[in-house]
Amino acid sequence: MEKVKCECGHLNPYGTHLCESCGKPLDERDKQASMVDMRYEGVARRSQTYNKTVVDKIWNFFSSVKVGVTIIVLTLIASSIGTIFPQEMYIPGNVDPAQHYEEEYGIPGLIYYTLGFHNLYGSWWYMALIAGLGISLIIASLDRVVPLYRALKKQKISRNEGFLKRQRLFGVTETEQAEDVLEQSKEHLRRKRYNVKVEDGSLLAEKNRFARWGPYINHIGLILFLTGCMLRFFPGMYVDELVWVREGETQAVAGTEREYYVKNEEFFIETYDENDETFGPALERAGGNQIKTYQTNAVLYKSSGGTVGTEPELTKVKSDSIEVNHPLRFDDYALYQYDYKLNELNVMSLSMNNRESGEKIGTIDIDLFDPEGEYDLGNGYRVVIESYFPNFEFDENGEPSTISDIPDNPAFIFRMFSPEHPDEGEYSFVAIRSNEDIFGENTYEMSFEGVETKNVTALKVRKDHTLPFLIAGGSIFMIGLIQGSYWSHRRIWLRRFGNELWAAGHTNKHWASMKKEFQALSEKTGMTVPEDKQAKKAMEEHTSDGRDDNNGRT
Amino acid sequence: MEGMTIMVELSSNLLFAAFFLYLAATICFSVSVTGRKWRDKQGEVTGNRLGTVGYAAAWIGFVLQAGYFFTRWIAAGHVPVSNMFEYTTFLGMALTIAFLILYGIYRTAVLGMFTMPIVMLIIAFASVFPTEVEPLIPALQSNWLKIHVTTTALGQGLLSIGFAAGLIYLIRTLDFTKRGKKVFWLETIMYSLLSLVSFILVRYIFRLFDYEAVFTYVNENGEQAEMVYYLPALVGPNEASLQTQGALEPILTMPAWIRSDDANTVIWSLAAGLVLYILLRLILRKPLGAVLQPLLKNINPDTVDEVSYRAIAIGFPVFTLGGLIFAMIWAQIAWTRFWGWDPKEVWALITFLFYAAYLHLRLSRGWHGEPSAWLCVIGFVIIMFNLVFVNLVIAGLHSYA
Repeated sequence: MEKVKCECGHLNPYGTHLCESCGKPLDERDKQASMVDMRYEGVARRSQTYNKTVVDKIWNFFSSVKVGVTIIVLTLIASSIGTIFPQEMYIPGNVDPAQHYEEEYGIPGLIYYTLGFHNLYGSWWYMALIAGLGISLIIASLDRVVPLYRALKKQKISRNEGFLKRQRLFGVTETEQAEDVLEQSKEHLRRKRYNVKVEDGSLLAEKNRFARWGPYINHIGLILFLTGCMLRFFPGMYVDELVWVREGETQAVAGTEREYYVKNEEFFIETYDENDETFGPALERAGGNQIKTYQTNAVLYKSSGGTVGTEPELTKVKSDSIEVNHPLRFDDYALYQYDYKLNELNVMSLSMNNRESGEKIGTIDIDLFDPEGEYDLGNGYRVVIESYFPNFEFDENGEPSTISDIPDNPAFIFRMFSPEHPDEGEYSFVAIRSNEDIFGENTYEMSFEGVETKNVTALKVRKDHTLPFLIAGGSIFMIGLIQGSYWSHRRIWLRRFGNELWAAGHTNKHWASMKKEFQALSEKTGMTVPEDKQAKKAMEEHTSDGRDDNNGRT
Repeated sequence: MEGMTIMVELSSNLLFAAFFLYLAATICFSVSVTGRKWRDKQGEVTGNRLGTVGYAAAWIGFVLQAGYFFTRWIAAGHVPVSNMFEYTTFLGMALTIAFLILYGIYRTAVLGMFTMPIVMLIIAFASVFPTEVEPLIPALQSNWLKIHVTTTALGQGLLSIGFAAGLIYLIRTLDFTKRGKKVFWLETIMYSLLSLVSFILVRYIFRLFDYEAVFTYVNENGEQAEMVYYLPALVGPNEASLQTQGALEPILTMPAWIRSDDANTVIWSLAAGLVLYILLRLILRKPLGAVLQPLLKNINPDTVDEVSYRAIAIGFPVFTLGGLIFAMIWAQIAWTRFWGWDPKEVWALITFLFYAAYLHLRLSRGWHGEPSAWLCVIGFVIIMFNLVFVNLVIAGLHSYA
């Protein structure tokens, strides 16, 4: 499209409302109005200028603030729905979600599950909303920031009359000494840290223009942040594993390709002292037993060489106490205290006794994680483990079986050989709180002597390559947000027309503070305080008797 | 008494004193705003000087409350923001800080007239929860406790000033001669505030009489359990059986997944609030907003609108920093992940999105003034919802109280 030439000689892009240089209103609507629309300096925005092709239409859709706000509000509503009932990740792991929601929350629960709200934040439509937000951020920013940058860079010191008198703050001072007032104003505004420029009878004082870039900078930060979140969908961007380690054991750190090993030297729990002077009353009300510490004393090793199958050669990297809020960090990894199990059975001691005389033949110590097949007691006595059930139960057929490899409820079928029964031996079934002859009368029995337990710690292994994006995005977002929120862009224009001094002011926000600047200026120079057209209108609308306007101010 | 016990005692006395200074500030600001009738012997208006007195009272109240905060910190050995009593009290303090900042910029007594009573209400509400000094669970033992929680509270305090100013705007500008939706909703806000007053009153009255009713009931896991009510039970727990003699039998029983004692308290508050509201309407013969409106006739709505916007412009970055960014950093350290869609996290995100929408709408024409004021009210409802409902009702990682 052809450029539009303003009477000041500046060539403006097609669609410009206010001349980028002198501010003269270029279209009819602004020429008629008592106040010009100063948003985005009246520049030509692509979205307001073109609306023909599909690209135009998409661009215009996403550049609209209304569309942006709509996406924000839809995301907000969707997010809140996700908190009505717990999300799938927070329900117990051993239940079927299809039944769980209905059983726990009745018909509303069933509806919730059926609509997929139990996994709302991972749903395609929630993702689509976030994606829409991202697109809107990019397009809406580009649509505004490019022309705005140009307009703020090109602004002339001496502004068009039509521009000045259509500002929200505008006033005329009749004075013989207009030049003096201008000179005094220049001094005063410089002291107020304005950037002041003077050019034959005109003055432009500007402050905090950088605040105008705040929103665009924070949008860049957000886009970077969302990009970081999106990266999680690529494989290898993060590690999220759990490793259980018993006291005294060394385990490969899952997710490190067997490069690192961790040893659990000790795991313990500390509770608060119920007789504590300060916390006593609160602990008593809560029924005591408030946990103070979960701690794993861990040693980290690095493996040098060693392929799968062979014993790795370990060199110590460091030892540290892992607590909640204090992970062990190495390379890009961190090991977190995540879960635990106290007093897990580890070694069980049993003795072989003569039932009649009670004579103890010998004792065997069974490592519940690695039992030996046979224990020789000497003198022709030996014990063979026929079957071992670490976590014993009777299955559907009534046969003994095990639920898992974890010895939570160990049971054994022993075969006891003795001089009396050297060939066949005798069978004995031993489980916790049960000790049976399988085939009737036995000469010998196995009896429980003692047990050794160990604590087990669960460490979460985390590595996250998306974090640098999130940190950078979050930081840039905050910088932009603060930049745009805690400073306002203020401009004061003065222009002399003979014995008249015209004054106009504009700020992107907080007009009351802007007005105070003019009041101070007026006290210094005797200039008339410009009138606020909008406040006047508001007060007229809302005041029946039109009395004073002191805001309850002191 | 031993050292730390004395410290805790001193701490609660300081809080009590702060409460009365806030009351004094409320009175000063109210007289300052409505003060035309208060004239001295020469017939001069003295009301406006009272604004400065109120400001001073608010400052002293703040200093006393800071005294409460730090003495409790010393006694507990950790920053006192770790349970409902401590956090809510701190929110009251954050609101005072936010007020002091905005009064410093705009010098509007009317803001004090509305903010100071809200601070008092919040502190009284906090005192309903157990006030003993509690030890920290492992997840809370971190420097991020002070950083994350105080920043978030300050952000919420600033955003709440936006609400106070928005409320002033609505009372000042609504046309109470036309009974419509707007008046209805404003009266609903008034009623909600009265319900909060009633909640505090009802709890204190029954505490005065040491009212207690013990129930055995069947909980959500199908087990027998015991629940103690401190208010007469209008609704009882699931399959309730009353164990206390002379206590009121519940009219209805609740299903197991509802916290019936909380539900009972809510019903009491709403009912007592309704009684209070009807009484006031009968005495005043006008909507409560219409009663307040003449007191505000000298207030420039445009300025109040700006105060509200400014409070949110200041508060939004603070809230984002505390409630989302610091929150994510801490969550990464304590819970191994920066974000886990925990209800409290989600509601912090919702608060963020809501005020983000507000700030974008302020760019559009037609959203200044009244629509903005309504949005500030909704924002405050979201903040309160996150404080009360998400902590107490929705189960999650933040249910500490």
